[in-house]
Order: sequence, then C-alpha cells, then structure tokens
Amino acid sequence: MLDYLLSFLILTGALFTFIGSLGLVRLRDFFTRLHGPTKATTLGVGCMLIASSVYFSNQGTGMSLHEVLVTLFLFITAPISAHLLAKAALHLKLKSLTPPPDTDKADY
Amino acid sequence: MSKWFGPRAGLLPHPLLTPILASIWLLLNNSLAPGQIVLGLLLGWVIPLFTLRFWPELVRIHKPLALLRFLGVVLLDIVLANMAVARLILGRPQSLHPAFLDVPLALKGDLAIGLLANVICLTPGTVSARLSPDRKFLLVHALDAPDGDAVIATIKQRYEAPLKEVFEPC
Repeated sequence: MLDYLLSFLILTGALFTFIGSLGLVRLRDFFTRLHGPTKATTLGVGCMLIASSVYFSNQGTGMSLHEVLVTLFLFITAPISAHLLAKAALHLKLKSLTPPPDTDKADY
Repeated sequence: MSKWFGPRAGLLPHPLLTPILASIWLLLNNSLAPGQIVLGLLLGWVIPLFTLRFWPELVRIHKPLALLRFLGVVLLDIVLANMAVARLILGRPQSLHPAFLDVPLALKGDLAIGLLANVICLTPGTVSARLSPDRKFLLVHALDAPDGDAVIATIKQRYEAPLKEVFEPC
C-alpha cells in the first residue's frame, strides 16, 4: 500500500518537474521561460521530498526530517535566483513579448 | 556590547531568531539529544549577535494565528497554481498574455516586503522582477494576465493584506 503511495508521489513530482523543463522549450521569451523551471518545480520537488520523508521514516531508524530543511532552503533560495535573473534581464533589455516598463526614466 | 556588534545589541537582539535557529540546528542533526538542544540554543543566541548589522530592525509578529493561516493559503495556492501553470505550458503558448505589472506596496518593513516578493515568486504564474528604489512599487511579471488589474488586486488582497496584519498593524 505504502509502495503505491510513494510511487504516486514520485511520479507526480517527476511529471511536474518535467513540465517545468518543457516550459523552457515551449515558451517564447526570457521572462515567460523563467516561470517554467522556477515554478512547476516547487510542487515537483515538494512531492519527491514528501515521498523521501515517508520512505526513510519507515526504515525503522526514526523520523526523517531533513526534507523539511530542504524544503525550507529551497523555498528561500529559489525565488531569490528568479528575482535576480528577472532583474538582470530587465537591465540588459532582453527581448520581451510585452513591453517592459520604462527603466531609464525611473533610474532603477 | 554595542562596540562590537553595532547599535541595539542587547543580550537577545532577535528573540524570534533564537528558537528558529535552534530548531533548524536540531533538524540538521535529526536528533533531540539534550546536548544538541543546548548547542542549538547557544548557536541561536550567538548568530543573531554577529548578524545584527544585516538585520537592523526588530521583527515582531503581532498575530501568529494570522501568519499560520497565511502559510496555509500560500501552500494551497502553490499546489493550485502549479497545476494552472502546467496547463498553460502544455496548452498553447502562443495564446498567452504575459504582462509587467506595477504593484503598489502598502508594506514598509524589509522583511515584510521580502516575504511578499518571495511568496509572489513561489506561487506560479508570477515572478517579482524589481523593487523600485523608493520601495513604493514592486514590478511583477505575470505569465498569463489578460486582466492585469485583477492580478494586482489578488496579490494585494490575498498576500499583502495578511502580511500587513501580521507584521505592521496600524
């Protein structure tokens, strides 16, 4: 029974991570591409971490809570890299599907 | 004390950071041994002192329950919005309406604005791209926003209002 639950979680996680990467190919400018890998992966990695925690907690060596930390660090650091990438892209005036706001005037 | 660690260095400059760091230490070690608890509390006491210049303002949580409810809302939104983005990616990328949105900020504190930007990035479909130098506006890129004002209203009502209630009640 447990095996089915774990398999389901890992497959769901893999599926969402894959869709996130697929976004890199299918979307058409830098800013929309940024959404795929930074986002769909939160749920993907989340599912895998839950599976990992459940599996290692059932190995008879007590609770495994390292995954909580992985989640915490991931949720703190992933948005920061996304934010910096977006900021750098704005600064470099990369091609965008929508006109970015007027950055020269505002002296960002 | 203040000579070494900067202004406002009391014995416990960040009362909230101490238990958080201690629990992170215990999680890292995956143990509840008394020795680890003592070591964790010691680290939780010393680290805030040395990083005080980085966190000058005192953080106060005025409504812990509201914070918990906010975290629940965010977790739920991450799951729902992940599916929405997955559908957008698998659907027809040509018909997307990406947009840059200027979200006016009512929050003032560094931590609160940081948390808001973080949450905006975590919930799929939006990435926070830039904070204006006067901290009045947060530029957000939305993956699919045919109606930009609706997205801004959602962000303000769903994420900013609870954060304001928790960290900066008037």
